[in-house]
Amino acid sequence: MIHQSLGDTGHLLIIISFVTSLVAAFAYFKATVNKEIGTDSWISFARITFIVHGLAVMGVVSVLFYIIYNNYFEYHYAWSHSSVNLATHYMIASFWEGQEGSFMVWALWQAILGFVIIKTNKKWEAPVMTVFATVQAFLASMILGVVFGDIKLGSSPFLLLKDVINDPIFLINPDFVPEDGTGLNPLLQNYWMVIHPPTLFLGFATTLIPFSYAIAGLWTGRYKEWIRPALPWAIFSALTLGVGILMGGYWAYETLNFGGYWNWDPVENAVYVPWLILVAGIHTMITFKKSATALKTSIILVIATFILILYSTFLTRSGILGDTSVHSFTDLGLSGQLLIYLLFFLAVSIIFAVRAWGEIPSSEKEASAYSREFWIFIGALTLCLMAFQVIIPTSIPVFNEIIELFGRVSNIAPPADQIEYYSKFQVWFAIALAILSGTGQFFFWNKMDKKEFANAIAIPLIISLLLSAIIFVAAKIFNPLYILVLVAGIYSIVANANILIKLFKSKSYKLTGGSVAHIGIAMMLVGIMFSEGYSKPISLNTLTISKAWTDEQNSTNLPLFLNQTSYMDNYEITYRKELIEATYLPELIKKSYVDDTEDPYYKVARQSILINGKTYAEPGDTLYFQTPENTYYQIDFKHRVSGKTFSLFPRIQTNEQMGSDVVSPDVKKLWNRDIYSFVSVKPPFEEELEWSEKVTEEVKKGDRFFVNDYVATFDGLERVTKVSFTELLGDDIAVRANITVLAEDGEKYLAQPLYVIKNGRVAQVPDVIKEIASKFQIESINPDNGSVTLGLNTTQKDYIILKALEKPHINVLWIGTLVMVLGFIIAIHRRYIEFQMMRDKGVE
Amino acid sequence: MKKSSIIGLIVIAVAVTVIISTSADASAYLTFDEAYELAERGKSKKIHVVGQLKKDASGKPTGIYAGPNKLSVSFVMVDNNMKEQTVYYDEPMPADLLRSEQVVVVGNYQDERFIADRIVLKCPSKYEETEL
Repeated sequence: MIHQSLGDTGHLLIIISFVTSLVAAFAYFKATVNKEIGTDSWISFARITFIVHGLAVMGVVSVLFYIIYNNYFEYHYAWSHSSVNLATHYMIASFWEGQEGSFMVWALWQAILGFVIIKTNKKWEAPVMTVFATVQAFLASMILGVVFGDIKLGSSPFLLLKDVINDPIFLINPDFVPEDGTGLNPLLQNYWMVIHPPTLFLGFATTLIPFSYAIAGLWTGRYKEWIRPALPWAIFSALTLGVGILMGGYWAYETLNFGGYWNWDPVENAVYVPWLILVAGIHTMITFKKSATALKTSIILVIATFILILYSTFLTRSGILGDTSVHSFTDLGLSGQLLIYLLFFLAVSIIFAVRAWGEIPSSEKEASAYSREFWIFIGALTLCLMAFQVIIPTSIPVFNEIIELFGRVSNIAPPADQIEYYSKFQVWFAIALAILSGTGQFFFWNKMDKKEFANAIAIPLIISLLLSAIIFVAAKIFNPLYILVLVAGIYSIVANANILIKLFKSKSYKLTGGSVAHIGIAMMLVGIMFSEGYSKPISLNTLTISKAWTDEQNSTNLPLFLNQTSYMDNYEITYRKELIEATYLPELIKKSYVDDTEDPYYKVARQSILINGKTYAEPGDTLYFQTPENTYYQIDFKHRVSGKTFSLFPRIQTNEQMGSDVVSPDVKKLWNRDIYSFVSVKPPFEEELEWSEKVTEEVKKGDRFFVNDYVATFDGLERVTKVSFTELLGDDIAVRANITVLAEDGEKYLAQPLYVIKNGRVAQVPDVIKEIASKFQIESINPDNGSVTLGLNTTQKDYIILKALEKPHINVLWIGTLVMVLGFIIAIHRRYIEFQMMRDKGVE
Repeated sequence: MKKSSIIGLIVIAVAVTVIISTSADASAYLTFDEAYELAERGKSKKIHVVGQLKKDASGKPTGIYAGPNKLSVSFVMVDNNMKEQTVYYDEPMPADLLRSEQVVVVGNYQDERFIADRIVLKCPSKYEETEL
């Protein structure tokens, strides 16, 4: 059955949200022009319209989620992003897997933020909400899905499958509804997919607030006053955007096996750049509040942040990055609309800024080199240059398009090795920033001259040089560039800690945000230097695995045979088992414990499954597997000296949406390093095997014999009444041999080859036990002496190839991240209290 | 000289360095013939070549050979000038190579063989399905 009315409701709500945002924008515009505050007529009308708009957006989100949650696969969005066997939290994630859903998340956040602004700031409501409502109109238009003649406006998430896909089945049966969807890409089935996109979109959405205040300030002539209400939001925005970016990095590191946490992919760069500019903007806004300089710079930077967010949206969603990025969205044909969105706000910003430029106060006096303003300004400038260095190469595809627009041919491609290219520049900017953020602190709190400065800096400088010296000797760092990074990072930590201690002494806890955030950033820098600069393979190997591989590949990939111990780093390591995840069982189970059925989500137990003394399945029981595409490889580690043990479970996913296998690492976190390991080549057992020549063994019940050096016992024959591959009738007979094999660690395996006589013809069905690399077959049954002849083949033992990397001191990076977040939170608190106090006094 | 002028000069210097280095380090989209010519002239710069996998009459990709144990792969790619070239890649076959509608290889000719360091694939089905 097709739930037509549901999609119609959703589409109607989209239209309502689009129309109401336009009406609200107009009404707020009128209210601004009439200088209305509080409960005047235009403003009350605008407020009600915007609230209706917000509710409509929430309605659209609810309808789409309802469709996904109830598996209404007659809708294209549900069909292409969800499936029956998807856990509920991944249904939430499939909501924003597609472009339409992610636009909706963005619009939802902005609607909520709009409500917050209406509630908290009546004085600025009219002009700020004019900008808000206009932006909402653009976002709603992206999912409008309305066609005017040749122009398609937006792409609706409520399209029916039959309207999107041309398939003959819809001619035969227009009401055809697929049984199952194609699902959320298994690679994205990870908790980060649940929390990372909404965080990032909250970051995107919050950049609108300082932008709206800046435009409102320019528009209404309050050139200075907009800073105070905008500042706490700007810091909040930098926090959420920063956290969103770092979550993406951690996700890439932990699951996606990109090798590192940052790859300078255009999609990553596109959000890194606005974040840098926003942080620069926050700094100049703070200087302005202290000393009435840098107002023009603040206006430019706040506007630039928002424009760059729109630019990044354009890059990732228009399809322009198609050739250069591994993870941009597919083109929905919205590139024209996205470009208009970008250019509209660019034009609006320029018009407002140019109109007001002459009237914006600026100080003519040049800042002294011993002033706070000077150092912050240099810092902001460095951040801007840092962003500039990234945005230029990232925009190469755009330059090509522009050149081609003028009828020329351009063949510039981005640098071949992105990581090396960007890192070699960014590291210098980072060093400069660390030095500036340390030095700037001395001037931030006190006015100083040359002599006072020399006194203040002496002790922190000596301490940081000493500390760095100890660290670089202990950690054996000899690369001059890395030593420089280390010294700069430590200096920033020491200088900021110095201020922090002073602030603590004077009990000014509220003011510690800046120094705490700086310490966090400097720790991140040191952590990045160690974990990237000194990341090295520890899975060292002297054998040649493959001639097709380079020497480097051969020497850094370690083959591990099942149950055979090898040495790696300080550990004895052993590949133990291949495991899969049965949905209702408390632990992973061995893959060999179950047999496949026709439905990949259900498998039948071969033997009883015992976990912690409790039996979860008897032979023949069917078990449910929500994620049968995932196989885990248990590798046991034992420290050679301390004897401490742990296990890692790297994963291989047979990903049909991606066409083949996807590898995910497992990471062991030690205090001073991560051991990052993944299966670089999966067991050859999945492929065709080469078997040894057959050996026969004549056995009677109870006899023991050797197979592949393991002891096996023949427990006799047993008649079976059912076999999976054919139906047994009348005179047909099927027997199976029960053979128990004793393997490592007392593990027992049961081999059950079949011997079937059907219509007088004999069929032998061998049984393969992977763990002992052997195949068993009943060759003949000899009634005269009561024996059975078994045919035995062996093969190479099961193995995996492991690649393990050591990432030293990566914890410093993650701890630094948390410290930075804490610093931001302290700063938001302080700036929000300031705003509240002034607002309640009636100043703003 | 005023401090602001010095700062201005430094900023301009950095910006110019960035732009020059971008154009110097930027790679290029070339055809296999152009890439071969480049290598002949002794330049080892890595370049991008855009094309498709070679397809047989029924539209299936052909000419793909996995190395021993599937640790490496070679495939025949047709560039935009319809030139066919075998590309060698010293890594296991990328996940979605066979389904790609467009392939971009980043690499160069080494000893008459085109060796790819990196492969970027454009797949019709990465996020959006188009068939039932």
